[in-house]
Amino acid sequence: MMRNGREHRLGWGLVAPALLWTLAFFVLPFAGMVALSFARMEGRAIVPAFDPGNYIRFATDPVMIKALTNSFEITLVVTVISILLAYPLAAIIAFRIPPRWQRLALLLAVLPFWTSYVVRSYSWLLVLGQNGVINRGLSWIGIGPLELAATRAATVIGFVHFFVMLLTLTIYANLIQLSPNYARAAADLGASRWATFRLVILPLTLPGVVTGAFLTFVLCIGDYITPQILGGNNELTLPQLIMLQLGRSGNFPLASALSVILMGVVTLAYVFSAKWVRLDRV
Amino acid sequence: MKAIAWAYLAAIYSFILLPVVVLVVFSFQDGRLPVPPFQGATVKWYAQVLADRDLLAALGNSALVAVTSSAVALVLGFLAAHGLARVRLPGSVLMRGLLIAPLTVSYLIIALGLLNMFNQIGLRPSLLATGIGHVVINLPLCFAILYAAMGDHQKSAERAARDLGAGEVQVLWLVSAPMLMAPMAAAFFLSVTFSWDEFIIAFLLTRFDVTLPVEIWSMLKSGLSPKTNAIGSLVFLVSIMVVGFLELFVFRRQK
Repeated sequence: MMRNGREHRLGWGLVAPALLWTLAFFVLPFAGMVALSFARMEGRAIVPAFDPGNYIRFATDPVMIKALTNSFEITLVVTVISILLAYPLAAIIAFRIPPRWQRLALLLAVLPFWTSYVVRSYSWLLVLGQNGVINRGLSWIGIGPLELAATRAATVIGFVHFFVMLLTLTIYANLIQLSPNYARAAADLGASRWATFRLVILPLTLPGVVTGAFLTFVLCIGDYITPQILGGNNELTLPQLIMLQLGRSGNFPLASALSVILMGVVTLAYVFSAKWVRLDRV
Repeated sequence: MKAIAWAYLAAIYSFILLPVVVLVVFSFQDGRLPVPPFQGATVKWYAQVLADRDLLAALGNSALVAVTSSAVALVLGFLAAHGLARVRLPGSVLMRGLLIAPLTVSYLIIALGLLNMFNQIGLRPSLLATGIGHVVINLPLCFAILYAAMGDHQKSAERAARDLGAGEVQVLWLVSAPMLMAPMAAAFFLSVTFSWDEFIIAFLLTRFDVTLPVEIWSMLKSGLSPKTNAIGSLVFLVSIMVVGFLELFVFRRQK
């Protein structure tokens, strides 16, 4: 009993610093933000209150609703396209490329990770911009110029580029753990290659795919850089709207309310995918 | 089937590598715009980058914040992982969840919450404020990696050390930490990468001393420039070298 008490004290002592840090700099600011989202702006002053006005304003302002639906649509499209592109790539690397070359193939597939995130979005401007690589190429064959930059398509391309890399890594990690015996057994039992994939490989890798999809969703819907650089200001996403409230009008309460809404959307996504997502295995 | 697979590989690798190739090629552009046609090679943009005091200061700031915040996150994460893996504490599932929670929250929300709190307690936007934010995002990562790495094998070695009379600090320092060298290095360098490249927290929580991503961001406002290409290419080159170094000398030797 005595020993148990000492053990407990020791355990608490070890956990306490990390726990306190998380409480002080994560839980507390978040609680503060929720409280602030119910405050009022009077002129430039923030007046503490319990006023749902910011949420009502969100629900009744078409511009703000549109920002949420924009974010949602973009994130959904990006997540789906990224999975559809990444899965075959991961599968080809895992099953078609000889093991000694797989590491190199993976390294090459995530190479652009290693330049900075801001620069990566910027480099898509060089490709998609008015005088960019694509438009110059098109003008050679007499087409264009196309309006590619500052569009939703540009935002989607920039995002897909990033998340294909991320998902290729996570899906590859799942595929490589599968024992080849599953596929062999299915083939022995007369399954075609497609049936083997659809009935054996895919279900076994589904948890990994969903975890990757969830990660993609969270990172994509909360990102400010890519839509700001590639999408421009024609069509705002929720993070752009939040930054606009902070920068232009210093409206912290409204920005906080919008952040709480963003958080709510992520939580909903988690609830929907919770059955498969294992955060401890990310 | 084989041809389709190869065609797919060619297409997807072109897509993945295209922007990086364009970035690097046009960093050598002898002209004002980093877009085709290529007008001849020059290294003058690199010279400009290396002579830019603001950029170099930002680079130093980024390195400082990345290394310091990652070290703090690593120590806190290691202690917590050790405590939770070794001692049965009431509510340990809840504590694990709490420590992991920041992983699921957008950086923008973490940044906004901290900005608001720091405003209230009077902590000015600074590298310190940014560093605190970066510990928040990297602590869950370090904790999760190290907690997953602490197995039974480790537990029995620690018990043996304790039976032989080692104190708790000695167990941590002489047994647990060295045994976890590989995951600790992985957690540390992953944290450094995230902090080094993090934009939104640094953007909202710094003002005069900015980090590299924030400095690059402010350069983008003046439009496309081969100089921005040059910075991007340099960051890329340095990262590749660091990754190559780690691959060859740190992680390979562990296997």
